[in-house]
This record gives sequence, structure tokens and C-alpha cells, in this order.
Amino acid sequence: MAVKKQNSKKAGRTVTEDVLLDVKNLRVEFKMKNGVVRAVDDISYQVRKGEFLAVVGESGCGKSVSALSLMRLLPEKAATITADHILFDGIDISSIPMSEMRKLRGRRISMIFQEPMTSLNPVLTIGDQICEPLITHLGMSEEQAEVRAIELMAMVGIPEPKNRLPQYPHQFSGGMRQRVMIAIGLACEPDLIIADEPTTALDVTIQAQILELLKDISQRLGIAVIMITHNLGVVAAYADNVNVMYAAQIIEKGTASDIFANPAHPYSIGLLRSVPRMDKPRGGRLATIDGLPPNLMNPPSGCRFYARCPMAQESCAKTDQSLQETKGSEMHQTACYFSEKALKEGALIYETDVSVQGSSTVDKSGEPLLSVSSLRQEFSVSFRTGWFSSYNGSVKAVDDVSFDIYPGETVGLVGESGCGKTSVGRAILHLNDPTSGKIAFDNLSINKKSIALVRQDMQVIFQDPFSSLNPRMTIGEILEEPLKVHNIESDPEKRLQRISELLVKVGLYPYMSDRYPHELSGGQRQRVGIARALSMEPKLIICDEPVSALDVSVQAQIINLLEDLQRELGIAYLFIAHDLAVVKHISHKVVVMYLGQIMEVGEGDQLYGEPKHPYTQALLDAAPIPDPEIERKRKRSILKGELPSPINPPNGCVFSTRCPKVVAACTSGRPELLRVGTEHMASCVLLDER
Amino acid sequence: MTTKIQTNEKMVEKPKRRTIGDFIKQQPLGFIGIVMIIIMFLAAVFAPYVAPYDPTDIDFMASPALGGGQPSIEHPLGADAFGRDILSRLIFGARTALSIGFFSAFIGCSIGAIIGTASAFFGGKVDLLIQRFIDLMLSFPIIVLAIVVIAIFPKTVIFGIDVNVIVAIAIPFIPKTARVIRSQALAIVTLPYVDAARANGFSAKRIIFRHVLPNVTAPFLIMMTAFIGQAILLEASLSYLGLGVVEPTPSWGLMLAGVNADYYRSAPWMILYPGVAVSVAVFSFNLFGDSLRDWLDPKLKL
Repeated sequence: MAVKKQNSKKAGRTVTEDVLLDVKNLRVEFKMKNGVVRAVDDISYQVRKGEFLAVVGESGCGKSVSALSLMRLLPEKAATITADHILFDGIDISSIPMSEMRKLRGRRISMIFQEPMTSLNPVLTIGDQICEPLITHLGMSEEQAEVRAIELMAMVGIPEPKNRLPQYPHQFSGGMRQRVMIAIGLACEPDLIIADEPTTALDVTIQAQILELLKDISQRLGIAVIMITHNLGVVAAYADNVNVMYAAQIIEKGTASDIFANPAHPYSIGLLRSVPRMDKPRGGRLATIDGLPPNLMNPPSGCRFYARCPMAQESCAKTDQSLQETKGSEMHQTACYFSEKALKEGALIYETDVSVQGSSTVDKSGEPLLSVSSLRQEFSVSFRTGWFSSYNGSVKAVDDVSFDIYPGETVGLVGESGCGKTSVGRAILHLNDPTSGKIAFDNLSINKKSIALVRQDMQVIFQDPFSSLNPRMTIGEILEEPLKVHNIESDPEKRLQRISELLVKVGLYPYMSDRYPHELSGGQRQRVGIARALSMEPKLIICDEPVSALDVSVQAQIINLLEDLQRELGIAYLFIAHDLAVVKHISHKVVVMYLGQIMEVGEGDQLYGEPKHPYTQALLDAAPIPDPEIERKRKRSILKGELPSPINPPNGCVFSTRCPKVVAACTSGRPELLRVGTEHMASCVLLDER
Repeated sequence: MTTKIQTNEKMVEKPKRRTIGDFIKQQPLGFIGIVMIIIMFLAAVFAPYVAPYDPTDIDFMASPALGGGQPSIEHPLGADAFGRDILSRLIFGARTALSIGFFSAFIGCSIGAIIGTASAFFGGKVDLLIQRFIDLMLSFPIIVLAIVVIAIFPKTVIFGIDVNVIVAIAIPFIPKTARVIRSQALAIVTLPYVDAARANGFSAKRIIFRHVLPNVTAPFLIMMTAFIGQAILLEASLSYLGLGVVEPTPSWGLMLAGVNADYYRSAPWMILYPGVAVSVAVFSFNLFGDSLRDWLDPKLKL
């Protein structure tokens, strides 16, 4: 094969002394019932000692599988791994026996997984789990191991390591657990750490803490890191080099500044363009990459990006593409014939819809559509504390929250997990009955009974497109049900007509109404969710993290769709999300929540440009921006500590325990929301003094 | 407004309805199961024409008590203590076995599934009350519960089938199924599609029957097919106590119980063949139930 030869020649030239890992023509195949899926197709790359390499790509592109195959962690029966070689410090780890491999695992190569909640064993203490590799690999005694474990825990920033050693994983928060995972990974001072989406499950402020730690440790101890991620911002901030994967192949690789400043593959360009940017003013449509990645069961011949590529030529479909040097730089390689053109034109290769520039404006002269005032939502908690004693208390999930939404307006609700943003949405919909507070919709006061009257006008879109559709119903049945139940359309013929229109409106095909949800992709399912909400012609849609489970390119499609529908139908949105950039892009007004309370409210550009509340500032600081140039210049003040327990919130200002600007007055009373500009309010003691 | 999307799939016409042929191809074991069930069903319906003898005819010369009754050309599966032909009794016995086995398991599990789902859906006090009542029912041995039911209701016979026995056997299945289905439904009621249904203003009845129940089909079918076997054996126990089917009516359970078991050394065929019959029936329902579960799951469609 031509590809192989070229790659091997190049690899021969670039091999230098300090290469730690050299992967050549790695392939991973899975045997399935109805065929073979090649999840990784002929990839070659190198990692130097101490390098921070990021592997980026959308879900299903083979990035995790390629990492797991390095560790030979894939089930041997199902997966066939072939490679010319995988040299790790001169040892070909693709061919050594399993017993030898086991000696490397955890000792010289260690792995950090995505889900800190499940990657620690719940019945073993943290100490046991950190000591385990020390005892097995380094032959330490239990006492020695314990001393080392305490050192390691201190190194990864776990406070009071001695006291926390005998604790169990459930006593640790998500961020702390991920630190424990890193401590375990570091235990034997490995040469390489493979981190598979290490921060995807964590909040931005915690994500920044963990990534800083990982970067710092790798630099100090000279450990190479391969970080697999889909978050481009994270890559820009921390990676030295980047491999971009698409449909089982590496389609572009280079240094972080190469990839971000001069991307030469249309896919990389599209990926970068489809991320909403926090540092740019709001407005305009996001660039999207149309369509979906190919099925790896029988991938198309030639360039795999052909079907979605804006500058595809017929010749692209015929010949395979191999990684070629771009602009004569050996480091920067692209698998595209027209990379010169792509490099030159950059984002221009994607047509953007010029007709829709700027965002829709909101008419605030009338009455608000939804008015929430002093909303409180408490959940009772009780647990036994002794034989005859128990704790009965309540968690204030939402504590005195007020805001208005005008017709056609999008209000973004941001905050870290556990801040009560989802509870606000559920309370408005009366999926949970609010404890107290007033909710008025269309001048009608909403309570348990009257909610039935406005159900049709108030709809919801959920986060997880996989579980928000009943798996036993076809798409047609799902969309037909509300029309039938509410007698919106009694004629079955017309109903079908209506369903087809709805599907077309959200960018699906009418023939899909006979499909079951599992036959559609995540993005398509989310579109069905939107169609279901639209079927009732609502005035307000509560979007609960509608894009956080989707890939970047699909996320952009859905955001554009939501904006188009708003422009066309004048729907108002309550957009709940944790991604600050997405919220900024879509919202007219942004509400920042922390521990059930509103910290700051403001019009998008204003709030992001001049955040008044220290928490908002910290959130914005922690969120990475997909541009290495900006990232390098940014001074980060990373928020210390973690979210306090909502059962026992801090006195006074709830943010006082983590606030970098805390003063004595903070703990004395709850600060009020103060107006700091037209449409801009914040609740902070410091503002009061000014 | 149109959002351009391309799919790699070709535009397809309506997916074609799956036929019986597809079921045979995709679920060969299930097909074998349903064929055996049909054979047993036909044998039961046409028993008088299929069976070589009247099941109550007594041939004293073939009684094992007198040293006879071995399987022979005359009596292919041998004869029982009274010299009655076992094959004929098995064929007639299929009537009681299938009707009582199937109906009691089906009725018991269905009611149990509905109670379990409703209990999970409403939660709170409703759940608490239902679950305590179920605890109460579970605390009685099945036999005692069945005896109570039979003692309370007057004997009703429809098409030669004792309805009391069916009800008596079905009732103990209700709490067991309700427990299992509730635990499954508890996970389902928290899923976003149930929230979506509530946000759409659908009634509780609609959500339970349309959105939750179809998603607990898997444990329902597994429990039901397992209970069919239990029901057949339970019927035997009841019959032995004189509460179920009464001699000389042929019943698989009766043939396994009582005096016949005493002959296991000298005339093993007397309990061997009814035992095989029960096993085959249970096995067939299990095979069919498993395949039906896969067949009804849209995710496993080929």
C-alpha cells in the first residue's frame, strides 16, 4: 500500500533520540455480527519524552480505541490489533507476551479514565488503591507504600492526605476522585500517562484545576501525556502537539499553534469554526459541518471526509489520502490534496449564511411571557445518624430566584453542576412542585392545577437524546401522540401531514417517522426532541442542556436550528447549560447561578465583557478558549476548593468560602442583587461598598 | 428556514413489516418453542380424536400392581396404577395443564405488572401502601393463599376449566411480579421520556400504559414463562390436597403426585412421562418467551 510506504519513510527521518512512543500503522478491527468495523485504520504517530499530545475528534472516530489498544486493554476475542510496531522506549509492546505487558501497565504507562465516579473501586479505601501499584510493581512494604501514598496525595493537591487515606471513594467529590486517579497514575513515576477525557465529567472550575495539575506534573517530572478529548478549548490551553482524528484515521497533526492558527484540513477548519467563541461578540450563525461521519463498517473509498467536505472534488472520492507535509514543515502534516487551498482560504471554504447576521432583538415593551419571582425549591433529606437519632433537613436546590423572560427572548442559565439550574427548569414545568414562589406565565399564575392549562404552551427539550425518547415508539408515534391526546389535529391524514412538516422543519426526512429512536444518531434524536416540543406550537421551550451530549459539529447544527426557529416562530427559550461559550452565543440575557442563588444577571456581551461578580469572573477565567495565542496570554486565577454541601450552605454570601476577594462583611448577611447597569445586576458585598 | 442535512444512508421507503417468515429466520429457537406449544394445544383440543383410549378407561390387567403396565405396543407409554393408559391421560391432561398454566401465569403477571408500574409511577404514600400490602401477601405460603381463595369463591367451571383454580394460582404470582416490575419501573419513571410525557400533559393512565409498561416487557416475559411451569406444579399440589382438579380427571400434576410416586421403582414410567411433559411445556414457553422478548425489542431488530 502506498500509504504505508510513505509513512514509514517519514517516520524514519523524524526518529530522534528522545522518542518515547512510536506507533506505526496501527489498526484495530472489531468483529461484529454483521461485519468488521475498523475502528482504527492505519495510524502512525510519535510521542517524545515529556510531550503533551492531544488527540482530538468527535465521538466514534477511534481516539479512545487507539489509546486502549496501546495498553492492550481491548477484549482479545473481539478486537484484532495489528501494527508494524508500537515501540515504547524500544520495546515493541504490540508483540510482547501479556505477562510482560502487565509489568509495563501502571508501572511505565498508566491510564486515567473519564468517569471518576466509576473508575475507583467503591469497597476499597483510597489508601489501598494508591498503594496497590506501589506494592505490586515496586515491591514496597505496606508502610513504605503508605508514606509514598501520602506524598502523592499531597502532590496532586488533596488536602489533609493523612486523614483522607483511610476514606472510601464515596467520601470524595468528583474532582477529588480524579485527583486520586492521577495520584494512582503517578504512583510508579511512569514515562507515559494516557488520559481518556479526564475532565469531561467535571465542572469548568474543577476541570481547570485538574488540567493545570496534569500539565504541571508532566512538565516537572518529564512525563509524556496523551490526552484524548473532544474539547478544543482544553487542547489549545494545554497541548504541545495535536492529532486530529476523523473516521478512524489521523487527518491532521501538528503543533497546537499549527492546528489552531493554520489548520490545513477542511475538517479541522470546520471543527474549529463550529465552536462558539466566548471571546467574540455574540451574533451570526455558527459554521456547521453538514451530515454525519461515515459508518466504519464499510467506509467510503477515498477521502472519508468527502461527503461532508465543502471543497470536495470528484477525485477526492477515488484516491486515498495520506498524511503529507504542509508548507514544508515536517511537524505539520495533513491528509488532504487541497491542503494548500484550505490553508490559504481557511474559514472561507465554508459558506456562511450572510443573510442572517446579528441576533434577533427582543421587544421588552409588553408584559413578560414568564415571570419567576422568589422561587424556592427544597428537597427534604433524612438519614440515620445513630440508633435513635436521625438527621432531617432540606436541601435548598433553588433559593429565592427571580427573573423574567419576554416573548422571543432567550435567557441563558449557567452554573456548575449542583447549582440548581435544572431544578429551576423542572419547577417552572411543575415536574417538581416548587416549595414557594410565584410563577406567572402569560399573566396566568401557575400552580399544580393551572399548569395543565399551559402545558401546550410550555415545552421542554432534555439533555440526553438517548433517553428522552421512548425506545418502544417510532418517531412518528412519538410526534403523533401529543397531537392526538390534546386533539390538536383529529384527522389522521392531516396528522401525518403535520408530522412530516415537523420533521422537515427540524431538518429530518419524513421517511424517518417509521424509524425507532435507536436507529437515529444523537443529533437526529435531539432534532426529534425539538420536533416533539414544537408540535404543540409552544411559546416557551425550556432547554435543559440540549447540546451538552452532542459532538461539536452537531452541537453547532442544533444551536443554529434553535436560533432559526426562534427567528421564524418567535419562541422564547430558557436555555440551561454549563458551557459558557454556548450560552453566550445563544442567549440575549444570561443568569449565573451558584448554590441555588443568582449571582449575576446581565445582557450577554456586557456580562461576559465586564463581569461584576467574582464568581462570574472565576467561571470565565476557568473556561478555556480554543486559541493557543490567547490562552498563552491569559492570566488564570483558578478558583480554589469545591462547591460546599448544599445541605449546609455557608453563612452570608454562599460564594464566600471560595471567593478570592472575600472580606469580613461577606459572612454577615446575604448580599442583595444590585443593579450595576441597565439590565445588569449582581449580588456581591463589594459592589455595595462602591 | 431549512437546515441542510445529508445522511449517509440512502433514502429508504417504509421499512417493511416483519412477517412470520422473518421470525422463523431470526428466532429459530423461539419458532421451535411455538411449534411445540401449538402441537400441545392441538393435542389438547382434539384429545378425543388423538388419544388411543379414554383417559378414564381402566384396564386392570395393565396395572403395575399386578406386574403389568410396561410400555408396550398396547400402551406406548405404559399404564398407571389403575391400568389407565398414560399416553391418553397425558393428551387429555394437556387441557388442564395448558389452560391453568398459561392463564394463571398470564393473569397473575399482568395484574402484578400493572400494580408494580403504578406503584413506581405514583411513588410516595401510594407506593408505600401498595408495597406493604405486597409484603403481607408475600408472607403467606402460596398454598395457604390458594386454599383461602378456593375456599372463599364458589366453584365455577367454564369450558371444563376450573376458574377457581386459575384465580387461586394467579393471585400468589401478583405480589412476586409486582415487586420485580416495580424495581424495573422505578428506573424507567426517572428517565427523561417520562418527564417529557408529563410535560406534554399526558394522563397518568396514558404514561403508565404507553410509556412505562412497554419498557418492562423483558422482565415481564421472563417471569411469566417461568411461572407457567410453577403454575402446572402448583396445580398438582392443589389437586393432591383435593382442591384442584379431582380424580379421575387427567392432569399432569395429579399424575406426578400421590400414589403414583410410590411406584417409582417398579413402574418409573408412571412419573417419568408426566414429568417430561411438564418439562417440555415449560421449556417451550421459555424458548418462545425469550424469543418474543428479543422480537419485541426494537433495538434488537435486524
